[in-house]
Amino acid sequence: MKEIRVLSPVGMLGYGFPAESFQEGLEKKPHVIAADAGSTDAGPHKLGAGVGIVSKEATKKDLTLMLIAGCENKIPVIIGSAGGSGAEVHLNWTLEIVKEIAKEKNLHFKMALIHAEVEKDYLQKKLAQGKIKPLGPVPELTSKDIEEAIRIVAVMGVHSHIKALEMGAEVIIAGRSNDPAMFAALPIKEGYDPGLALHLGKILECGAMASTPGTTSDCMMAYLREDYFIVEPTNPLRKCIPSTVAAHTLYEKSSPLHIIGPEGVVDVTGCKFEQYSERAVKVSGSKLKKSEIINIKLEGASKAAYRTICIAGVRDPIMIKQIDECERHVRKTVLTYFNDIPPKDYRLIFHIYGKNGVMGELEPQKEVTSHELCLILEVVAKDQELANTICAFARSTLMHYSYKGRIATAGNLAFPYAPSDIPTGAVYKFNIHHLVEVDDPDELFSIEMVEV
Amino acid sequence: MTKEVSIVDLVKVIRSKNAGPFELTFDIIFKDKETYEKVKKAKVITKELIAKLYHISIEKVLYFVEFDPANAIKATIVRPVDSGSIGETDVYGAQQHAPLLGIKIPYEE
Repeated sequence: MKEIRVLSPVGMLGYGFPAESFQEGLEKKPHVIAADAGSTDAGPHKLGAGVGIVSKEATKKDLTLMLIAGCENKIPVIIGSAGGSGAEVHLNWTLEIVKEIAKEKNLHFKMALIHAEVEKDYLQKKLAQGKIKPLGPVPELTSKDIEEAIRIVAVMGVHSHIKALEMGAEVIIAGRSNDPAMFAALPIKEGYDPGLALHLGKILECGAMASTPGTTSDCMMAYLREDYFIVEPTNPLRKCIPSTVAAHTLYEKSSPLHIIGPEGVVDVTGCKFEQYSERAVKVSGSKLKKSEIINIKLEGASKAAYRTICIAGVRDPIMIKQIDECERHVRKTVLTYFNDIPPKDYRLIFHIYGKNGVMGELEPQKEVTSHELCLILEVVAKDQELANTICAFARSTLMHYSYKGRIATAGNLAFPYAPSDIPTGAVYKFNIHHLVEVDDPDELFSIEMVEV
Repeated sequence: MTKEVSIVDLVKVIRSKNAGPFELTFDIIFKDKETYEKVKKAKVITKELIAKLYHISIEKVLYFVEFDPANAIKATIVRPVDSGSIGETDVYGAQQHAPLLGIKIPYEE
């Protein structure tokens, strides 16, 4: 029977996974070990600021186990969306960690670095040719957006991963990658059904999340055969059942029926999820409809402002009843006092936990019933100094506002921290979330081979 | 006999999450096939209901799909602000599901 086995040790490189589970997975003799190291989930900050979401030590710990296992068993290790956002700075960060591990553990391998950061000139040309279109509910791209972006990455599919494997890479550290790509690349290269391979990748990219009890911090194994695949967590304490695997097929996607990527669209409408053995689920019926035109997703982040926050508690019931009035007073006083500063240079935002802190405008419950509130006064402004200035003034105004019926005259706010005001630095936004049409994915992704 | 049942008693999962930085998606996964079919038949959970629960226009409900293989109903809306941008309250979008918990289903015993 034809079969290829894929091991996903963890849902996010650096989240950590039990060594026993990983060993259990290795005993099943996987043909490839792959992990996702990035996401847009944590917002635009990582891409904009060029930082990761996990610590270096945690990444090193996970990677060490993976690289040793790859070298010992002569199986490829593939990391996608390296460093959190898969731009050059993230790729280099990961490369340094890999080099450190190789030196400490005396490991040697042929490594492919796949670059995913996009040149602005190239994109300006593509824009002028009308080859860029919005992805989802975003405006048309402008030349100014490209200029203002601090970093832009393109999201690679299996194409570049397969190419790196063909070039003899034993370890692949890839820039921004479509989530399933790292898991699907080797199976597709070996001639397995691409629809099943990509669906398998979608399940494995979150580690053992598609099992019960689900978690991203444990290992999942997939066995891909001719016309179906099987997924099974390697930890005997977890199991896959059809509902957990089917549910994961929906996860973090706009529509459950299609898994969209650079290869085309995987149609899962006719999928079957069946219990295969006690802890394993069999999936069949996923079909790739290849796209005629190659569209590659672009992600870019630009600087939006600078932020300062102040966290404070309110326990006085007389004040809690008038919290909206207190907010109005602070806004009015700030505007009056800083009448020499254009209002467009800053924005004051009240996060009122206990009222609508989590849902904001979407909150259907309008009445405040809490006995205490947590306020976060947030100021975003064109520079840090202005954010600090407005935040400090808003905080002192609220602290001493004499609202109606006030009997607690010493101060209105309970600060958990000194200093009460916390400058948090630059705020970013995703200013590019578009598709670019290419003749060949190689236009965007270059492969660099490195002997480690 | 028909009675009103809280959706919480009929599901395994109700969750919200980002689907990319510009969309928020809701998954309602029912306990079993039978429950799912009954809820589908009741036609209470609709695109219109999602728009009403989140005080948004129906155009902002981008997808509304019943997914039989997972016994699930899924809806996707435009995010109030793009993830992590100025004015954000929930970067991962993982705590926006609460209004769905109040849904009542007329349910044949």
